[in-house]
Amino acid sequence: MTPADVVLEVTDLSVAFPTEDGVVRAVSGLSYQARLGRTLAIVGESGSGKSVAGMAVLGLHDPRRTRTTGSIRLEGEEVVGASEWTLQALRSTTAAMVFQDPMSSLHPFHRVGRQVAEAYLAHHSVSKAVAHQRAVEMLDRVGIPNPHRRANQFPHEFSGGMRQRAMIALGLVNNPRLLIADEPTTALDVTVQAQILDLLGDLRREFGSAVILITHDLAVVAETADDLLVMYAGRAVEQGPAREVLSRPSHPYTEALLRSIPSPSEDAAQLRPIRGAPPSLLTPPPGCSFHPRCAFSDGMGAVCRTDAPAWRPTPGVVNRHLRCHLADPVAAIEIAGGAR
Amino acid sequence: MLTYVLRRVALGLTVLLATLVAAFLLFFAGPADPAQAMCPEQRCSAERLVEIRANLGLDRPLAVQFSEYFGGLFVGRDFAFAGDVVHCSAPCLGMSFLTKRPVSEEIFSRFPATVLLALGTVIVFLTVGVSVGVITARARGTVLDRLLIGGSQVFGAIPYYVIALVFALYLTRIHGILPQSVPLSQGLLGFLAGLIAPCLLLGLVYSAGYARYTRSSMIEALSTDFVRTARSKGLPEVSVLRSHALRAAIGPVVTILGLDVAALLSGTLVTEKIFEIDGIGKLSIDALGRDDLPVIMGTVLVTAFLVVTLNLVVDVAYSFIDPRVRLS
Repeated sequence: MTPADVVLEVTDLSVAFPTEDGVVRAVSGLSYQARLGRTLAIVGESGSGKSVAGMAVLGLHDPRRTRTTGSIRLEGEEVVGASEWTLQALRSTTAAMVFQDPMSSLHPFHRVGRQVAEAYLAHHSVSKAVAHQRAVEMLDRVGIPNPHRRANQFPHEFSGGMRQRAMIALGLVNNPRLLIADEPTTALDVTVQAQILDLLGDLRREFGSAVILITHDLAVVAETADDLLVMYAGRAVEQGPAREVLSRPSHPYTEALLRSIPSPSEDAAQLRPIRGAPPSLLTPPPGCSFHPRCAFSDGMGAVCRTDAPAWRPTPGVVNRHLRCHLADPVAAIEIAGGAR
Repeated sequence: MLTYVLRRVALGLTVLLATLVAAFLLFFAGPADPAQAMCPEQRCSAERLVEIRANLGLDRPLAVQFSEYFGGLFVGRDFAFAGDVVHCSAPCLGMSFLTKRPVSEEIFSRFPATVLLALGTVIVFLTVGVSVGVITARARGTVLDRLLIGGSQVFGAIPYYVIALVFALYLTRIHGILPQSVPLSQGLLGFLAGLIAPCLLLGLVYSAGYARYTRSSMIEALSTDFVRTARSKGLPEVSVLRSHALRAAIGPVVTILGLDVAALLSGTLVTEKIFEIDGIGKLSIDALGRDDLPVIMGTVLVTAFLVVTLNLVVDVAYSFIDPRVRLS
């Protein structure tokens, strides 16, 4: 039985795209939960499957070009294999999404107010005037000055930060229980980034909804997330409370990610990028998909190259999961020692 | 916006003037002798030819003739034909050598038929062509898509006059499924009924092209982020397709539509001939066949005027489609 505050329960989700060159396995065996009032950050490099997993929650992948298996339950309702009609009813009301690039995600030919009002109208039988009024209120709520005038403008008349605020207003117009923000600050200036993240935090507290923040930026995670899920090559590799995972990473990938962040006290020469490149999702490496880039796999013998590690709860720690052959207690201590 | 339109109007007028000069030089300075053309069965004495030329004003310097023609466009002219004076009111495009009526009257009397034919055709191809384009873009890669697009390509590859002849022969003559054409003077309803077959035929032929333009434009639009946003709002698929994807995809279609409407309004030679519709196309063919220079020149000018005007209309329409254009 799922606890009442779990809005989203993803179980063994796999998303694959058949192409002419073969099947791209963008997400494999992903399981996680999102809870009301909490922010879950999903972190990973480009191509780690984090955005694909986010879009799958709203059933936004074209079923004719995608193979989705496993289960996604939004407030108990199954999304995988759901009819178009069921998905339409869920979208924007139960779960809404804020996309990465607000310039290309807003329709260039429609007025901003109309784009927000349209989402409200799709789920409420009210007049256009009422929906417009609601749109203006939402624009005001996300901190857009002069919302009445702004509602009648086009996206190209907005600045980048204002556009992303409009996208957030659009995402929240139907009071969704879950808001998925896919790299919401990547296209923005650093100062605007902070404002948008603060806004998301305020709104989460005010509406009490669950937030999934998809990002590659660990600094953003440290500031905003309650829980953290790290993805690599379409799989979850580590999951737990954000503070704990960031301070005591257990997976070599998480650890390498943290070490690749430059800190002001270090020289640029000491910057330690992760060696190698993310694997192809068409032909992922055998065994653990991180092993070609892992600093510890050589010391582990053949097991990392031949066997895929399982997704296991970390013994003795509540609510932490890990996918690594090093997960036995002895090896974990060695990693912790090596990190310092 | 206003300065933009004014600039476009000025440019359009320049194009029209250039067309006028070119057409005038080609026809009046060209090899065809209008006086010969006006003679019944080409048997006039040399004196008679000189007299005809004098009547037509063809013996005067080219510059004088041009300025008279140009002035006639705005204030009208008087022509003397064998003692009678015929007034040609503005915009005067000269007198037909053959019917001795003002060219503008000849053109305007045939305009309703051509306009109605064009209108019906546009309605058919916008409905059929754009719908097929939207459906095939949505069903890209499926059997339905391949059938419709493949079919339209085969259809578009057959020479038009072959399709037109077969269509007219079987549907209106042999089987009488669709009514045959009746002149407009014999009643509007019969005339409109007679237009069904040619409108359907022309419309379907144009649809093949419009289906392909719309399809490629829609495929691009369907992959945009804002269409994904529209889906994420929980909008019904119909409104995602219509007010988001098609709205973004329609620009290129409107551009081609402008040119096609201009072409349709300046007469559809083959269609009008085969279906016996007395429109601009038939007028131009008849004029060409009988060296009726003023009529040919008049249709050329009217065509140029339509192309320039519709291009302007398209540009203005574009600024309504895409608000970003309104700024520049």
